[in-house]
Amino acid sequence: MVIYQPDRSKYPSHKADGSLDIDLTSGKYLKLWQGPNHPGITGNMSVELTVCGDEVVEGKTHVGYLHRGFEKLMERRTFIQCFPIVCRICVPEPDFNEYCYAAAVEELAGIEAPERAHWIRALILEMGRINSYMMYLGGQAGSLGLGVIGQWTTYVRDLMLDRFEELTGARIYHMFILPGGVRDGLPDGFESRLEETLQEIERTMSDVFDVMFCNAVFKKRTIGIGYIDPALIEPYGVTGPNARAAGVVKDVRKDQPYLVYPQLDFEPVIGHDSDMYTRADVRRRDVAVSIDLIRQIVAKMPKTGPLMTKLPNVLHWKIPRGETYIRGECSRGEYGYYLVTDGSGFPRRVNVRGPSYTHAVALLEKLIVNVNISDVAALMVSLHTYPPEIER
Amino acid sequence: MMRTLYAELNARFPLGELTVQRDDLAFITVEREHLRALLLHMRDREGFTHLVLLTAVDWIEDGIFQLTYLLSNRDKRCDVGIRVMVTRVDTSMESMHDVWPTAATYQRELYEMFGIDFPGSPGVHDPFILEGWADIPPYRREFDTKKFSEENFTHRAGRETNDPAQYMKKQLYPDGA
Amino acid sequence: MKDELKKRTIKGPDGFEFEVDPLHDYYCDAPPKVHPPVYVKIVEDLFNWARSESIWILGFGTGCGAIEMRPLMTPRFDAYRYGVQWRPTPRQSNLFIISGYLSVKTLKRVIRSYEQMQSPKYVIGLGSCTINGGMYWDSYNTIKKLDEYLPVDLYIAGCMPRPEALLKGFEDLKKIIRAGEGEGANHYAENFDWYKANQKKVINDWDMPDYNW
Repeated sequence: MVIYQPDRSKYPSHKADGSLDIDLTSGKYLKLWQGPNHPGITGNMSVELTVCGDEVVEGKTHVGYLHRGFEKLMERRTFIQCFPIVCRICVPEPDFNEYCYAAAVEELAGIEAPERAHWIRALILEMGRINSYMMYLGGQAGSLGLGVIGQWTTYVRDLMLDRFEELTGARIYHMFILPGGVRDGLPDGFESRLEETLQEIERTMSDVFDVMFCNAVFKKRTIGIGYIDPALIEPYGVTGPNARAAGVVKDVRKDQPYLVYPQLDFEPVIGHDSDMYTRADVRRRDVAVSIDLIRQIVAKMPKTGPLMTKLPNVLHWKIPRGETYIRGECSRGEYGYYLVTDGSGFPRRVNVRGPSYTHAVALLEKLIVNVNISDVAALMVSLHTYPPEIER
Repeated sequence: MMRTLYAELNARFPLGELTVQRDDLAFITVEREHLRALLLHMRDREGFTHLVLLTAVDWIEDGIFQLTYLLSNRDKRCDVGIRVMVTRVDTSMESMHDVWPTAATYQRELYEMFGIDFPGSPGVHDPFILEGWADIPPYRREFDTKKFSEENFTHRAGRETNDPAQYMKKQLYPDGA
Repeated sequence: MKDELKKRTIKGPDGFEFEVDPLHDYYCDAPPKVHPPVYVKIVEDLFNWARSESIWILGFGTGCGAIEMRPLMTPRFDAYRYGVQWRPTPRQSNLFIISGYLSVKTLKRVIRSYEQMQSPKYVIGLGSCTINGGMYWDSYNTIKKLDEYLPVDLYIAGCMPRPEALLKGFEDLKKIIRAGEGEGANHYAENFDWYKANQKKVINDWDMPDYNW
C-alpha cells in the first residue's frame, strides 16, 4: 500500500501555511495514542502520534494529568504553610523546590541563612541529584528492554533514600530546607554511612557502564537517534544535560553559582554528538561528578554553627512588596522560582519554571518527526522529562 | 552594571521604572508598543538569548495584568525581567513565538489559565492542561478555588481544620475575652 | 466531541467504503452484571484463596505514589514473593492501586481502565489524597473522596506510605479476599447508576460509552 521512498526529507508534503498535509481518511495514516500509561515511563504524559507505516509523521504532547493548581493553592496559604506543599511539585527530586522557594522568600524578606545551612543544603541537593539520575538510568535502559539496570539502580537509590531518612525523617518528601536555614544537623556517624553508600553507588555505576554502555544492542538503538541540533538549544530554551550533550555548556552551578558552589572544584560534563547515547553518557559522568562533590562538601563542611536564623513570628509574617527569581541546576536542567509578594502575609504569585516545560512540549514535538514507533518511548526518556513540573 | 544597561536602553526606547533586585537581576517596565523592538534588541545586540519564563501576575486592585518576560544572558551572567502591563478585560497581546519558539508553550498556558489571548501563536486555543473546563480561567484572582472545590466535589465528612490563631485564642482565653 | 469519535464513513486504501461508529462498535451495550458466588462454599474458599495469592496489579501510576511502587519490584522489598506482579494491560490484572491524588483528566482514564478489568477486581486507595483530598483539599482539579467514583476495598494512609506499608496493605487485602469480602466489582455493578451519576457530575466532556468493557 505505501511505497517506501529512501529520501524522507520532503515526506509528508506541506500545505501552504507550513502545516503538514495529512489526510486521515485516505487510509495511509493512523492515529495512535501513547497514553498516560506507557513504556516511556517518565510519568503521566501522553503523545498523540500520527503514524504512516512504521514511522511517526506528527506528534502532539498532551499534559495535564497531574495538574493540581499549585500556584493557585499557594496564593491561599501563608509563606510558611506553602513549604510542605512545594516539594510535591516535582515528585522524584523534591529538594530543588524547597531550596528555590526558601531562597526566594529569604531574599525578599531580607534574611540570611547561616553558613552551615548552606553546606547542608548543597549536600541534600547533590544527594537528590544522584537519586534522580539513578531513576533516569533505570528508565532509559528499561524503555529499550534492558530491565536489569532498573533493578540495580533502584536498589542503589533505596540506599540513598535510607540516608535521607536518617537525615530528614522521610524517604521521599523531606521538608527539610526552610526559609532561614535547615531543620537539623547531620546525625552521628552519618558521614561514614554516606561514604559506604557512595562506594556502593560507584560499584554499581561501573557495572552499569559494562552492561549498558558497552552493550551492542543499546549502542545500535541509541547512537545517531534523537539528534538535537545545537542551533535549536537557545530558541527552544533547552538547558541541563540535554544542552551539554550538544556541546553548549550550560550549567547554572558554573554560570551563576549559588550556595557553596564557588568553593567547590568541578568541571561541567560535556558531550558533542547530541544523540541519545551521548545524553545518557553525559548523565552517567555527571553521577561521578556529583559523588565527588558530595565528598568535597562533607570534607569542607563546618561541623558547628547555627542552623537557622531567627525568624519573625511565622504565622503573621508579612513580606514587603517585591519580585525575584531564583534558579538552580537540577538533574534535568534549570529549575527556577519566580516569586512576587505584595506586602500581605500570602504570596501574590509563585511561578515554577521546570526544565521539562520547554523540553517535553515544544522540543519533543519537533524531534519526534520521522522517528520509528519503537524509539518514541526511548526518546521521551532521553529528554528526562518529569511531567509533574510541566503542569504543576 | 544593571544601571548602565538601563541607561543605554533608555537612550533607544522609552522605558518605565527600573527595579534592581540583586547585582545580576533587574526588572524594567516598558509599554506594550515597544516590547517587540526591545526584545529583539536584547536578543540580538545585548546577548540575552535565553527566554527563561513568560508569566503573568494579576494585580486585580489596579485592574491590570503584569506580563513578565524574563531574559538571561549567560556570558554576562545577568537576568533582566521585562514587565508589560495589559488590561484585565478582553486581554490580548502580541505573540512572541517568532522571536523564541518556546514562547508558544508559555502563551498556551497563559491563555488557558488567565484568559490572555495571543492571536497567531501556534495552538494557543487548544486545550493544554485542563479538560472540559467551563468556568473562568482559574488563575485569575476572582476565581475562588475553595468555593469551587466545595461545590463541585463531594468531601468526606468529619474534617476539622484548625487555624492556629483561633486555636491559641481559645486556649489562652477560654471564656472568649 | 473529537472528529475521530463521531460516526462516519471511511474509504479504505483499496477503495472499499465502510461505516464506523467508534463509541458503539467496540464496546459492550449492556451494563455490568453482578457475579454472585456459584459453587459450594468450600470451592469458593479455594477460589478466593487462589485469587488472594496471585494479585496482579495494573501498572498505571496515577499520581505521586507511583514512585514508591518501583522499589517493590526490586529484591529489597520484593513483592513478587507474595505473588504480586505488575501487568501492563487491564485485561490481565485484578488489582488497581490508585496511587495518590486523581485529577479530573486522569479520573476519566482510570474509569476506563477499571471497567476494562475482569471481575473479580479490587481497588486500593494509596495515600491520604484518596481518603479526603489530602494536601489538595481546596484544589479545583483533584477529586476528594475516591469512594464516590470507584468501589474501594482498602485504604493505605500516608504521604507517601513506605513500601513496607504497601506490603502490609497487600496482606490485609489478602485477608479481605479470603474472607469472601472482596466484592468491589459486584458493588459497582449493583450501584452502577449511582457511580455513573457521580462520575458524570465531575467529568464534563464525557466522550466515552457508559460502560467501557
